[in-house]
Amino acid sequence: MFCWAVVTALPLLWAVVSSFKSDNEILNEPWSPPSALHFENWARAWNEASIGRYFLNSLIVVGGALILTMLLGSLVAYALARYEFRGNRVIYYVFVAAMFFPVFLALVPLFFVVQQLGLLGTYPGLILVYTAYAVPFTVFFLHSFFRTLPGEIAEAAFLDGCSHGAVFFRVMLPLARPGLFAVGIFNFLGLWNQYLLPLVLNPDPDRYVLAQGLAALSVSQGYRSDWSGLFAGLTIAMLPVLIAYVAFQRHIRAGMTAGAVK
Amino acid sequence: MRHGRWRFLLGALVPALVLHVVFVLSPYAQAFYLSLTDWTGVAGQASFVGVDNYVRLGGDSLFLDAVRNNLVLLAVVPLVTIGIGLFLASMLRHSPARIGQGYRIVYFFPQLLSLVVIAVLWSFVYNPNTGLLNSGLRAIGLDGLARSWLAEPAWALGAVMAVLVWSSVGFYVVLFSAAIEGIPVELFEAAKLDGAGRWATFWKVTLPLVRESVQVAFVYLGIAALDAFAVVQIMTVGPGGPDGATEVIGMSLYRTAFSYGKFGYASAMGVALFFATLTLAVLALRAGRRERLELA
Repeated sequence: MFCWAVVTALPLLWAVVSSFKSDNEILNEPWSPPSALHFENWARAWNEASIGRYFLNSLIVVGGALILTMLLGSLVAYALARYEFRGNRVIYYVFVAAMFFPVFLALVPLFFVVQQLGLLGTYPGLILVYTAYAVPFTVFFLHSFFRTLPGEIAEAAFLDGCSHGAVFFRVMLPLARPGLFAVGIFNFLGLWNQYLLPLVLNPDPDRYVLAQGLAALSVSQGYRSDWSGLFAGLTIAMLPVLIAYVAFQRHIRAGMTAGAVK
Repeated sequence: MRHGRWRFLLGALVPALVLHVVFVLSPYAQAFYLSLTDWTGVAGQASFVGVDNYVRLGGDSLFLDAVRNNLVLLAVVPLVTIGIGLFLASMLRHSPARIGQGYRIVYFFPQLLSLVVIAVLWSFVYNPNTGLLNSGLRAIGLDGLARSWLAEPAWALGAVMAVLVWSSVGFYVVLFSAAIEGIPVELFEAAKLDGAGRWATFWKVTLPLVRESVQVAFVYLGIAALDAFAVVQIMTVGPGGPDGATEVIGMSLYRTAFSYGKFGYASAMGVALFFATLTLAVLALRAGRRERLELA
């Protein structure tokens, strides 16, 4: 148990420690601690190596896609879970089946669809595609959640004169908060870590998301050998996920494994 | 109460359905057709070539390398990951709650990192001169074991597999721990009274009762093993490794489409990958049904 903890933690700690070392120390003494804390590595990674810009791009794209995914996903899940109508099951399976298809199969045609819409390398393009690929999981997860909510409260709201939309936004969404929260965290992690979709659909280096920028950097920096800057970039990329994890670790692990068993 | 029902349903479903059809369903459907053409990306220049692309796949040595490597990944990664995951999860059962919780938090963390971050990190670890691994081996006097992990055909795929296992074990430890906690304590006590050791308890009590979780794990890991794109693309030279040593189907597809512009041929690779995934899922589900019958 302890051995595996070391195997898990050591490379991560090593990256964080290395981000404070000078290039010379990294090359000559990979195992020793830094002689002085070189915070300038972080500044250099953030500004000169564009990690700051990639970070901002990721925030815009992931933020936009997350909001849109949660809105559309919860609407679909709610409509399918609480309303009986012809074709209900068909629509549900049309969404959920997409979860089991490899994205690679769609990759080539998707590129041309996005290109024809004039959305290649744009924020709206990435946001829409991210959303389209995150909605099936969201529907799948929230569908079972909306089913468990009591119907009486909705009926009471209808009697009070609420419209269908108002019942959804004012009554059901607040009730579903725990489910929305859990699926929101997974979607955040999944979208933040996207790599294949931006690699294909986002060719403009100014709009690179973090994962893309980091990958490009590790290739080019390898030649320019700004090792410490790259370690700093790597650490910066790990931070948001680490923070989210420390804050919500119980929810994340419980929810992720629940999603796997269902 | 009927009032506005249809308007609400349309408003709720149509936007998501439009996105789904445009960006998900139509690309999947188009891929099957494109795989039967020689399309190179110029509009109006595609001609129907039937199964030619598939015949070519059979003679494409790099693609066959990719298939072989994906099969190796499929055989090794799930088995090793689930093995380590089950071992750690059943060990954690015996440790005090607080310590077990701490271990689970540490184990799980890599699962959250993007494969890009993991790949970049591990390409440092494997770096022949300054990497954590080689300098560690030299420090304890095992200089002879140090090598260029990612540059030697014999080691590159193993190095990639180790990274995939490293990144996913934590998730399965947590998954299996939850399953093991669901087993009534009386069963373990009964096994102990009957004189079963830890090893026997594991095989006779724990494993049969967490079987469903193990099955889910096989499907998940199998699908991940058919991918491995990000790690291969970022970590290994080429990319695809020395002499195609780490080439995977996703890598072949990506290069064929977006470096060489052979979109029809690349789509055929996508369809092949689709059928591989489908076969895996069907086999896993069938195995599941049979086992449930045996238990019943």
